Amino acid sequence: MTWLRGLIAGVSSRILWALAILLALLIAAPALLGNYALSVLILMLYFACVGQAWNIMMGFAGQLSLGHALYAGLGGYAAAGLYFHYGLGPWLGVFIAIAAAVAAGAVVGYLGFRFSLAGVYFALLTIAFAEFTRIGFDNWPWAGGSGGLFLKVERNVTDIANLRGGPLLFYYAILILAAGTFVLCRALLESRLGRYWLAIREDAEAAQAVGVPVLRCKMLAVMISAALTAVAGVWNAFYYNNLFPETAFSVGRSIEMTLAPIIGGLGTLFGPIVGAVVLTGLGEIFTDASEIFHIAGLKQIFYGLALLIIVMYRPAGLWPWFAARLGIAERRP
Amino acid sequence: MSGARLEIDSIGKSFRGLRAVHDVSFAVPAGAIHALIGPNGAGKTTIFNMIAGVFAPDAGTVALDGKRISGLRPDRACDAGVGRTFQIVRPFKGLSVVENVTIGALHRRPRVAEARASAEAILSRLGLHDRRHQMAENLTLPDRKRLEVARALATEPKLLLLDEVMAGLRPTEIDVMVAFLRELNGQSGITILLIEHVMRAVMALAAQVVVVSYGEKIAEGTPQEIARHQGVLDVYLGEEDAS
Repeated sequence: MTWLRGLIAGVSSRILWALAILLALLIAAPALLGNYALSVLILMLYFACVGQAWNIMMGFAGQLSLGHALYAGLGGYAAAGLYFHYGLGPWLGVFIAIAAAVAAGAVVGYLGFRFSLAGVYFALLTIAFAEFTRIGFDNWPWAGGSGGLFLKVERNVTDIANLRGGPLLFYYAILILAAGTFVLCRALLESRLGRYWLAIREDAEAAQAVGVPVLRCKMLAVMISAALTAVAGVWNAFYYNNLFPETAFSVGRSIEMTLAPIIGGLGTLFGPIVGAVVLTGLGEIFTDASEIFHIAGLKQIFYGLALLIIVMYRPAGLWPWFAARLGIAERRP
Repeated sequence: MSGARLEIDSIGKSFRGLRAVHDVSFAVPAGAIHALIGPNGAGKTTIFNMIAGVFAPDAGTVALDGKRISGLRPDRACDAGVGRTFQIVRPFKGLSVVENVTIGALHRRPRVAEARASAEAILSRLGLHDRRHQMAENLTLPDRKRLEVARALATEPKLLLLDEVMAGLRPTEIDVMVAFLRELNGQSGITILLIEHVMRAVMALAAQVVVVSYGEKIAEGTPQEIARHQGVLDVYLGEEDAS
């Protein structure tokens, strides 16, 4: 219980109550919402989850990854492939998925950090890895090649052991994932490792002078981030029942994962959640609008505009601004 | 905390053929305060960087209490007991003052709560406790200099390297810093090596002064001896035309 107490230490009771109510509402949501609204909520939770994972690297440790689709894709392919070929359920498959993503993250991280690639050069490396993995999967028959890998759609069963079922099952699965990732990130941020990440983000050389093992901490950041992204990737593969290299490893998919934390507030815990809600919500509206008005790509234009406006007027993100208005500013550690 | 003996044995360092430091040797006994002075570009900070592990010397060794530390990574040098400040202050700008120091304290106290308590105590001693919740980027320069010292001290070093912590301070602030360092040294016995241009501080603190010019040691002695040393005067004031 001490870790639990440590986890909520310094959090005001107002915020704890707000979180408890939010969680209760989320648990009750399927009873309150229709199918369409539930599917939007599922998307919000998914982007909050991967955004949180990506935020560990960029928001906490200050390392820009533009290739996170690599980890989600590897995770999804590993678990879906094992299920498709050998009937191995995703609860076991997820460990293989994590192992694959962590190994990939370790390679990318080591090459980047050992040779002191920083900023955009590191980002280019992450893109490169995602890209050649995409090309590799295009030509790998076991994974279905460019034709894709398909799981049988089974919406009318509820088979928790194999994560087969309808929206309700996937809703609760992603809710648990998003909540778990949130709690884990909070615990990490409050730990020694978390403080060391912040120090590295602020000034790696000064951090090293006060004893921070910079390379090891950066490696842990990329590996933990990759692991969490891979778990979300497994969920994603089983939810959509199909995987194509062209989309699973695409730069667009990677960029998509970065938007929620950037818009919500880099390095904050609520930023990725706020960003995911705002972006997904407005994105849905614009998707509908583009159908009604027959203007293709309205959603993409909206994403571009939203990023532009945030970067210009709220560079710290929506959440810090919003929280200050509410008087509950998240204590910047 | 207690001090350790620093021994520098004919270290040298070149950058792309440019000789920054050549064959410099000196020692600082455990618990002593020594100063390293010299004109700009003489190689003082390069010597600091070799002690603190930023880069390894091309020749020679640095030892702390007889154990070789040259060639270690900066975080390993910190493990060994070297704490340092930067000439151009490098606070973790986006973090609060107390978090800055807590990160230093985490080095020897892995539990965040303990590290934080230790950081608060150090901040009190340096007169920064009132400002502990401010963002480091909002501090004035004298406070940033103090924060730099606090963060280094939080790692509980046996040897403290201070790179121009007096520069930019007003005379009264210099006196406060001098008094603090003297008290710190008196209480904990920590060894201090300072790079300093402010002679007022050097004279008040250092038992011995090492003078470097163009990367070489040109004199060593008490502050009074150094003040009269002809070679040192030549370097600082220019050689008198003897003709």
